[in-house]
Amino acid sequence: MIQAERRQVRFRLSNRMKLFWMAVPFVIIVFIFNYIPLFGWIYAFFDYKPGVPLWKTPFAGLDYFKLMYDERKDLFNVLRNTMIMSVLGLLCTPLFAAFAIFLNEMRSKSFKKIVQITTTLPNFISWVLVYAVFFMFFSSDGFINKVLFHFGWIDSPTNVLGNNDIVWYVQTGIVMWKGLGWGAIIYLAAIAGIDQEQYDAAKVDGAGRFRTIWNITVPGILPTFFVLLLLDVSNMLSNGFDQYFVFYNPLVATHIEVLDYYTYRVGMLNSDFSYSTALGISKTVISITLLFTVNNLAKRIRGESII
Amino acid sequence: MKRFQIGEFSFHSINYIVYTLFMLLCIYPFYYILINSISSPDAIIDGVYFFPKGFTLDTYIQLFQSDNIINAFIVSASRAVIGTVVTVIACAFFSYLITKREMFARKFVYRFVIITMYLNAGLIPWYITMRGLGLKDNYLLYILPTIISAYFIILIKTYMESLPIVLEESAMMDGAGYLRLFSHIILPVCMPILATVAVFHAVNQWNSWTDNYFLVSNPKLQTLQLILLNYLRQAESMASDANRQLITSAAGITGFRVSSASVRLAITMIVTLPIMMVYPFMQRYFVKGIMMGAVKG
Repeated sequence: MIQAERRQVRFRLSNRMKLFWMAVPFVIIVFIFNYIPLFGWIYAFFDYKPGVPLWKTPFAGLDYFKLMYDERKDLFNVLRNTMIMSVLGLLCTPLFAAFAIFLNEMRSKSFKKIVQITTTLPNFISWVLVYAVFFMFFSSDGFINKVLFHFGWIDSPTNVLGNNDIVWYVQTGIVMWKGLGWGAIIYLAAIAGIDQEQYDAAKVDGAGRFRTIWNITVPGILPTFFVLLLLDVSNMLSNGFDQYFVFYNPLVATHIEVLDYYTYRVGMLNSDFSYSTALGISKTVISITLLFTVNNLAKRIRGESII
Repeated sequence: MKRFQIGEFSFHSINYIVYTLFMLLCIYPFYYILINSISSPDAIIDGVYFFPKGFTLDTYIQLFQSDNIINAFIVSASRAVIGTVVTVIACAFFSYLITKREMFARKFVYRFVIITMYLNAGLIPWYITMRGLGLKDNYLLYILPTIISAYFIILIKTYMESLPIVLEESAMMDGAGYLRLFSHIILPVCMPILATVAVFHAVNQWNSWTDNYFLVSNPKLQTLQLILLNYLRQAESMASDANRQLITSAAGITGFRVSSASVRLAITMIVTLPIMMVYPFMQRYFVKGIMMGAVKG
């Protein structure tokens, strides 16, 4: 018995390093593709010009961070767009939960399944395809204009994707179209996890549908809702690049430009690598700070961290 | 009692209507694009809403005769297949190693990888790094950077930890090494989660275009997504859509006698269809994430 145990211990020890060395190639891959780019942050402190090696470029100190202040008019506009669209997105989060709650009330299993399959589809297409779809529906010879024209409701084509006044709402609507069905799945899982006995007890007590939803389902999914909301808050500055890149056009430029797009424009179109990097650093630092703040908040409120 | 039933009835009716409308909103656009892409250009101008009019596959035939579309299709499809195989195997093996408690510096290795979920260097540092690694205009750009994904590692590791240890112990007694244990015992029982990860990654790969946009200018390495985007941009820049004449697309497809609208519609369909085809699998595997008595079987 003891001998067998010893053999096992020796076996384990000899395998400690073996396992480690097998993992090393993967660690190297992660290092190359996820950590080395971080060293690129150093470009924010130099007057980096593409093609000139780093040791030949003059040190710039915090100049590029100060530049953010000098560019505050642009940056303010960009941050306003970013925050407004993020907040609109946050305001829509209860819809995900509502979508799941009411779907859960449906009796037909096959209907539920069909709803899930069809409404999650838009989540799996690229933003280029989303743009293709919306372009074909909203451009001047697209579906919407054809139909409106056909019924004689309009004389000249409307241009929804080029309307600066409504672009925030249009983009939020597009996000909801793409993500509503998929986002609801996590709530469906949460609802499935609620103790069925609670529902049975409510039924015995004669509680109606809406009472049951309000008193059992809603509290049951509240923790999920809360965690997702906090994660969204920590992601407020990153509404993503793809969507705003594909839907960007000169007509809506002032209202659609978000931080990720601005970073791209400054870096790639204006070739100002240093300033763009400085912007990226600030964004990451703020996002991580937000994440930890929100995490602490979650710990204090729920006694459980979210990351 | 009667009022209760009326309430029930209207509740369900409203529910059915709302969900059906939203389903239509999600599905009809694709149907609309499909029927338009197989209708004649003249019919498209008049409007095609329910069924194809003047059925023709000319656009598709012409598209599949042009080299750059076929080439882009091969690039997109191959990156989806190769990228997925490599990523799934790498993530699965790494997760397997991580589940071994006796590994030296296990916690550190795991955290080193997982923390990358929260680290984002930003566009320019990423761009400079990839260029520095020689991945500009290089096919490997589509495969290598996404080999290890923290998210997939978490999914697979969690699944593996739910497996009964008994599975491995018997094989270990026979003196099988880690590689053998992994490939013969662990891999087969992890199929549900690996299939989920595979479908996720394949869809991601198929949908990727920013890497192409920023770092690949070689026409031989263009992805379908970017070609579609270029067509849309082109159409957008001709925004004086009023003159809907037949045009010869300037994007390299010469001698085209189909309208630019048809081309856009058909390419959109070519890009969408593969997603729709792998999609049912996604649904199945997503729900089925739980291990089913592998010990017994």
